[in-house]
Amino acid sequence: MSEKRTLYTITVFSENTVGVLNQITTIFTRRQLNIETLSVSPSAIRGIHKFTITTFSDSEEMIQKLIPLIDKRVDILKAYYNTDEDLVHQEVALYKLSTEKVLEHGSIEYLVRKYNVCILEVSKDCVVFLKAGHYEETQGLFDELAESIGVLQFVRSGRIAITKSKVERLSDMLEKREREQNINFAESGALLREER
Amino acid sequence: MNKVNPSPVIVSPSAEAEPITGSEILIRALLEEGVETIFGYPGGAIMPVFDSLYDYRERIKHVLVRHEQGAIHAAQGYARVSDKVGVALVTSGPGATNTITGITDAMMDSTPLVVISGQVISSLLGSDAFQEADVIGITQPITKWSYQIRRVEDIAWAVSRAFYIASSGRPGPVVLDIAKDTQVNKCLYDYRKISFLRSYQPLPDIDEQKIRMAADLINSACKPYALVGQGVILGRAEEELRAFLEKAGIPFASTILGLSAVPTDHPLNCGMLGMHGNVAPNIKTNECDVLIAIGMRFDDRVTGNLKTYAKQAKVIHFDIDPAEISKNVQTTVKVPGDVKQTLPRVTELLEERSHQEWLAEFKPYEEKEYECVIRQELFPDSGAIKMGEVVNKVTEATHNRAICVTDVGQHQMMGARYFKYTRSRSLVTSGGLGTMGFGLPAGIGAKYGAPDRTVCIFVGDGGLQMTIQEFGTIMEHGVDVKIILLNNHYLGMVRQWQELFFDERYSETHMKSPDFIKIAEAYHISGRKVTQREELDAAIDEMLAHKGAYLLEVVVEAKGMVYPMVPAGGSVTDIILGNGYKL
Repeated sequence: MSEKRTLYTITVFSENTVGVLNQITTIFTRRQLNIETLSVSPSAIRGIHKFTITTFSDSEEMIQKLIPLIDKRVDILKAYYNTDEDLVHQEVALYKLSTEKVLEHGSIEYLVRKYNVCILEVSKDCVVFLKAGHYEETQGLFDELAESIGVLQFVRSGRIAITKSKVERLSDMLEKREREQNINFAESGALLREER
Repeated sequence: MNKVNPSPVIVSPSAEAEPITGSEILIRALLEEGVETIFGYPGGAIMPVFDSLYDYRERIKHVLVRHEQGAIHAAQGYARVSDKVGVALVTSGPGATNTITGITDAMMDSTPLVVISGQVISSLLGSDAFQEADVIGITQPITKWSYQIRRVEDIAWAVSRAFYIASSGRPGPVVLDIAKDTQVNKCLYDYRKISFLRSYQPLPDIDEQKIRMAADLINSACKPYALVGQGVILGRAEEELRAFLEKAGIPFASTILGLSAVPTDHPLNCGMLGMHGNVAPNIKTNECDVLIAIGMRFDDRVTGNLKTYAKQAKVIHFDIDPAEISKNVQTTVKVPGDVKQTLPRVTELLEERSHQEWLAEFKPYEEKEYECVIRQELFPDSGAIKMGEVVNKVTEATHNRAICVTDVGQHQMMGARYFKYTRSRSLVTSGGLGTMGFGLPAGIGAKYGAPDRTVCIFVGDGGLQMTIQEFGTIMEHGVDVKIILLNNHYLGMVRQWQELFFDERYSETHMKSPDFIKIAEAYHISGRKVTQREELDAAIDEMLAHKGAYLLEVVVEAKGMVYPMVPAGGSVTDIILGNGYKL
């Protein structure tokens, strides 16, 4: 991994239709860009889905060219890219540990206080911790637990991110489109059938 | 690449009381979109649609091809000359996958198509049912939009979207994959023409500041130079382009797909760009001070080595697709938008100029190219017949008013270089994808798209045999196309590269061909084979005078070369004249 590589966060807003993810990933694949993390969910705006994708690249130019290619797909409303400075971002990780090993190592309270984790489940066999944080934090905890206690299962979510600027940038674009056409989307037939 | 966006949301509710089948909805929706001609091939999963088509056969002409690849290329040829959306209708599985090459070709060359494929019944989707293929998965990367219809209620909606998407903004192919049960299910017919989609902005906003910057840059230029692409034709901006070029006296050259946007003999027209383009347009790219790209996308066959391409110039790029601007060449002034709108606004701000000295700088290269390449190609005294010679005789015989359709290879370059154009939409060729087998079916489609014009299809012996089954389509429908087969018994372009770059090791490029005239005869297509120069003029006259399809086979020089040539990966200034000539 070269020193110059920057992690870019690409945010894509799309209509909620089948096959959008495939359309997006194809664009990454053709340019040999590896998707590091991916998170998809409904956005704050009804009927619109938000994809948060992270990818490493040593060329901002490459990312600059990628965005309009995603943007121009018919089902995509808007695509943006950011680097970490512009974002508040978070990942969530789950850790399953052996109850017996945890107790051998010390107390559960000790772990909760030390690592600032939530406990989601305790049984006689296992304990499940949740930790939210940046990649380094969730990975750091994994490394420590793996070393000291042993981790039975581990999973980490894709990044979710919000820009530090004031509005969801998409709403500006949508308002502008409504004004241009002098219509209300919901009444126009411009929406997908699922929403009509 | 440019295209006019129709007016906003037109709602034309035409709801009726009685439910009708999905198939009939589809056909009626096509009629609402102004479809008159469909190219297709029936099969199991599309049978209900063909059944409905039978009721509407007086209103929609269905052209039964001989292979689905023929249908898609014919639809392309139709769209390219007619400025309408081409429609292909095929069955599921192999029917749909046989159209893939043409869909990709249409995507590369921004051709508006709606491809309708049958699909297995919706309850069987994903079960590897008979003749099931993942058409949406396959076509998503090669279409502007592809959609699977699983409910009869969605047919009208999807057709309306499909036509809007295919024809607006930068045009392109759309696939509608219709499950068989939706074709037979019934619902009320309610067609609403769409011309707005929330998630899709076909026309980028015009930035007044960029218009001003472009005009200032052009006004300040001593050596302005314009590159004209197909976007001008797609955007119906031929007049706007001429006004722009003429006011500022800007010399221009065309990409292969931009040819015919402006007549060949226009005084500012310096020829064709690219690997086998003209010498002056390539060399001058690296000498101009302001390079104005209009509806073109700096394809690698145009630019050669990007590291040495137009580095001295400030670049202005007009294009409807923002993703094309600064994709390959760094742009100083980006002017996204429909050229039909952006060009006149820049023209308004231009000072009237004539760059005669700059234009005169093109002349020595033109003369050199004429002496070393063109004269010998078009007017040889002896030896085997040359490809360029045939093209030139055909274009002259048609008074430069015919449509030139080509397949892919040496003859394609000869067709592009030497055919002359007096009106727009007169060259149909596979530019981006370079699809052999394109020519014959595309020519059939072109004839349907422009029935009043003479359609001359130039093909090679290789490409013709890739879709030669379409002789059947020509026979059955009496399609009046003039097929000019330039037979060199080689896959000529590959052979040329083997000669130049592979030590003359002619691996698998010599080709033994059948008696083409006899094949044509079997399909009731008249024809004549010419081997001697003296017969050529008469044979061309005979072909053009003949009522109906005609195959003119001309045996041309076996080892002819297409020159000039910018070697692959070379700079535009590395262009060579061949035959030992030096610039």
